[in-house]
Amino acid sequence: MGTITDMFAYDFMRHAFVAAGIVAIVSGLTGYFLVMRGQTFAGHALSHIGFAGATGAGLIGLAPLWGLVGFTLAAGIVMGAMSDRISNRDVAIGVVLALALGFGLLFLHYYAGFATQATALLFGNVLAVSDPTIWTLAGLSVVTLVGLGIIMRPLIFASLQPELAEAKGVRLRPISTIFLALVALAVSACAQIVGVLLVFTLMVGPAAAAQRLTNGLWAGLALSAGLALVEAWAGLTMAFYSDWPVSFCISLLSAAAYFAALGAPTPRQTAVVHEH
Amino acid sequence: MPSHAHATSAVELDHVTLQLGHRAVLRDVSLSVRLGEFIGVLGPNGAGKTTLMRAILGLLLPTHGELRVFGRTPQEGDPKIGYLPQLRTVLPDLRVRGVDFIGSSLNGHRLGLPSLTRAERKAIEATLDDVGARELGARPLNEMSGGERQRLLLAQALLGNPRLLLLDEPLIMLDARHQEIAIDVVRKVCRERSITVLFSAHELNQLIGALDRVLYLGHGQAVLGTVDEVVTAPVLSRLYGTDIDVVRANGHIFVLSRGRDVERDAHVHEDGHGHHH
Repeated sequence: MGTITDMFAYDFMRHAFVAAGIVAIVSGLTGYFLVMRGQTFAGHALSHIGFAGATGAGLIGLAPLWGLVGFTLAAGIVMGAMSDRISNRDVAIGVVLALALGFGLLFLHYYAGFATQATALLFGNVLAVSDPTIWTLAGLSVVTLVGLGIIMRPLIFASLQPELAEAKGVRLRPISTIFLALVALAVSACAQIVGVLLVFTLMVGPAAAAQRLTNGLWAGLALSAGLALVEAWAGLTMAFYSDWPVSFCISLLSAAAYFAALGAPTPRQTAVVHEH
Repeated sequence: MPSHAHATSAVELDHVTLQLGHRAVLRDVSLSVRLGEFIGVLGPNGAGKTTLMRAILGLLLPTHGELRVFGRTPQEGDPKIGYLPQLRTVLPDLRVRGVDFIGSSLNGHRLGLPSLTRAERKAIEATLDDVGARELGARPLNEMSGGERQRLLLAQALLGNPRLLLLDEPLIMLDARHQEIAIDVVRKVCRERSITVLFSAHELNQLIGALDRVLYLGHGQAVLGTVDEVVTAPVLSRLYGTDIDVVRANGHIFVLSRGRDVERDAHVHEDGHGHHH
């Protein structure tokens, strides 16, 4: 077993820490709203649809990341635009995501380097992240966070009280569509780190734990991003010293944090009131 | 068109037809709600109580006729209207403090990051006080009872000093005692500030002590008048499309169809099967 400096002596580890750090923060923040809106399954589905995009892109000679972004973005926009009809229907989403995985498999079938490519897409390959990929991830993250910042106020209103929000002049459908498009970007970035099958570990686990442990919005967002960051970095460290797959380590920590949060006593605010 | 400063009616319908899809929910309805009136809105399920409120909010345009709110065509997001929607969205198991929940409605249509000014926080506190719900501000929503949530929503509807309050079935999740409290609070606050109220409910009797006039909807029609004018066998038979008896006893009024209490039946039905309208 070596020291921390051993770990950072490697270029690929430094890259992995930067990439995982960027993606963890954007996943934690975006995921918080997914959980608030009860749309976590939609996020899961987007990543699976992205799998077909990534393998399809590989087939025609494009970088898988752009296939992932293109497909998830298109799917997010379609889901948002049809929000009343499908986005909260588990069965319809489930059927579409299974179909997408099927197509992904078909594209892989005709693709050279089948096995490594499939594993990297499904379970992530953060140790192979290159400098240009880091810049792409950073770009995706900035767009996502700026977008979220712009729509945040109506998004929260529409999530908590859709009927009233509509009456107060919030356009529910555009908000929902823009939100799912931003989720699609976050999912694409997240899939680069932990793979399309495990985006829940960074997008939903930390956010759901943070929801349980906080009452306020900003505290919840901060904790969600913080948890995702800690889980991602601790997962990388754990993988480095144990030689287990990184995505396994992150998913383990994410589940542990979530179940610990479930067991933790809920925060009390009533005590504060009596002090007034 | 008269300017709203000189409007003598809060809500005015002039031969209005409201349609949902191909179904005319209200047909050729004319009525006028005076400033400061407390109107109980009643009628069977699907009679158009929610639809009428949505039209007043500007979310649904009349296919015929003219609808005016304070003398003007309804506009979406009109700050003069406070609205308590029927709770159709089942709130997820969410730890959101009461004050944040209410706060989300303040300028909630504006883009950008959510933030509350000092004045807005003060306004929220004041309106929570008005409905006797100060302690709810710090409590998370998922720990509140149905009655507490309704009080929170009522406080929210009163934010920003509306001139007209649209309350869509605010009593539905409450037990009898909390129903009375809710009605009293609305009555008191709206009297003090001369706010016009449209209060929809399933049962007339709870509201009798509070309302000025009653608006009964049914069969595409609407009748607005005092309880004595409207709650009569001929009028209600027409609105329900079936023979209705009206029985008065001890200051209570029972609306019966073939011996059964139609309002109570409707209520039980809704509790058992959720909402479809």
